[in-house]
Amino acid sequence: MADLAKLQTTCVQVRRDIVRMVHAVSSGHPGGSLGCTEFLVALYQEVMNHNPKNFSMDGIGEDLFFLSNGHISPVFYSVLARSGYFPVDELKTFRKINSRLQGHPTTHDNLPGVRIASGSLGQGMSVAIGAALAKKLNKDNSIVYSLHGDGELQEGQIWEAVLYAAANKVDNFIATIDYNGRQIDGNVEDVLSLGNLKAKFEAFGWEVIETEEGNNMTAVLEGLANAKTFIGKGKPIVNIMKTEMGAGVDFMMGTHKWHGSAPNDEQLQKALDQLVGNEADY
Amino acid sequence: MMKKYTYTEKKDTRSGFGAGLQHLGKTNPNVVALCADLIGSLKMDAFKAENPDRFFQVGIAEANMIGLAAGLTIGGKIPFTGTFANFSTGRVYDQIRQSVAYSGKNVKICASHAGLTLGEDGATHQILEDIGLMKMLPHMCVINPCDYNQTKAATIAIADHHGPVYLRFGRPTVPNFTPADQKFEIGKAIMLNEGTDVTIIATGHLVWKAIEAGEQLAEQGISAEIINIHTIKPLDDDAILKSVTKTKCVVTAEEHQMNGGLGDSVAQLLSRRLPTPQEFVAVNDSFGESGTPDQLMTKYGLDTINIIEAVNSVMKRK
Repeated sequence: MADLAKLQTTCVQVRRDIVRMVHAVSSGHPGGSLGCTEFLVALYQEVMNHNPKNFSMDGIGEDLFFLSNGHISPVFYSVLARSGYFPVDELKTFRKINSRLQGHPTTHDNLPGVRIASGSLGQGMSVAIGAALAKKLNKDNSIVYSLHGDGELQEGQIWEAVLYAAANKVDNFIATIDYNGRQIDGNVEDVLSLGNLKAKFEAFGWEVIETEEGNNMTAVLEGLANAKTFIGKGKPIVNIMKTEMGAGVDFMMGTHKWHGSAPNDEQLQKALDQLVGNEADY
Repeated sequence: MMKKYTYTEKKDTRSGFGAGLQHLGKTNPNVVALCADLIGSLKMDAFKAENPDRFFQVGIAEANMIGLAAGLTIGGKIPFTGTFANFSTGRVYDQIRQSVAYSGKNVKICASHAGLTLGEDGATHQILEDIGLMKMLPHMCVINPCDYNQTKAATIAIADHHGPVYLRFGRPTVPNFTPADQKFEIGKAIMLNEGTDVTIIATGHLVWKAIEAGEQLAEQGISAEIINIHTIKPLDDDAILKSVTKTKCVVTAEEHQMNGGLGDSVAQLLSRRLPTPQEFVAVNDSFGESGTPDQLMTKYGLDTINIIEAVNSVMKRK
């Protein structure tokens, strides 16, 4: 049984990390990071079977996660650190020279927990499916997870991968869509509408799970648990998860403006004042 | 005296790839293969038939194929991707750059129908920029073997090299003259003929033409040293410098754009270490067109005669 209070406390801490990290270098992507906090905390601290203390690239016998929308690296790094992959103190090097915490995640500097570089969008689903195929060849029953932005679904490669996974019954794979409806230039609906996303995935032959409250830990856990019940049933699984960009910081919500902007000193303090818990800042 | 090279048959280098891949299917259980709807063209049929679980038909979706290959390495597989050179490089450059090269994945990008000798399909399919595209990527190994035997040996050898590799081969049949048992060492040039007047450095289909040129030059009294560079990156600096120190001029020959090809790599080496007159036998800032392979090699200046002319020209500049 999940320790809901503990997971929620961790979410507060991760959100503090996110705003402090991007503030420190006046760059980075807080909006999507804040929106995906519950999801990543749930995945790494409750759902996945993984081995943070002894990271291996091949991850044999472990569940794997691939971040396809690499720009939300702040939440990824914070959750990896707070799950034990590398020292929490290293978060202060984010986006600085000689850091393993590059603006977008990379394997180049051997940061534990990262298995693929991402940043240029649309590539992570193919990679995750490849890893899922390797698991099948290795008779490894673990699950492969991935996360994608909704705007990212405008990339053509995503749909090549969606087609492939269904045609080849890649059923040890759960893709989650951060369905926040916003991208750099505005609302996804206005920039390039995805139309009926659920119907699209269904038409491609996927099992579709909808998580209506992606910033509610209970709902996120239920959504992932629901998704897992379809593992091994002959279809790839997508979890369309509604989130709020900027969730947890009132002035960052309801707008696309905080997709890729960092708070100033005053805004940071205002954000931290809303993120109060059992603080253990790096 | 020019060393005598003979061959019993002409074979296509892509069949050398197919044979090498089939061999790996039997000897290396981690090798997997992916193809984007060109199994017959890439000669991957035998591997597919013998290893159905380790073969992935991805359809006409090359970007996805490169991503799948990158993912398959996570779990210890050694993926060989197969499609035409154009779709193996230019079409998927960003996928290779981020998911394979920058991520340091052990993917072997195997590319057939490179260059003009693809023939009648025309310029859309005749990529002449692929060596340049691939060699610019940090830590990407770039290999362009010259005949069937060398392509087979290269295919087998790259499975034991940990890291991304671009393996380039082609469609036409060319003299199969390298010994079937010749060891393939990545990054190690092969001395085909020792000479004193000029160094001819050739890669891929131009290697046999360099041999033909060497024979004709010998009749004119010119002693050509001929080097087969199958690995463009990492380049065998020592072999080139040693030869050029002796001959004091060089001709490079390749089925590729002059910009970005083998000649560029040689010129960069020589300009830093041993400035030397050089002539380039390569396509000069042009797309190809439809025609037979032989017609195209003649029209675009990639024939034996062009190597001979380049030698005569460069020797005057010594």
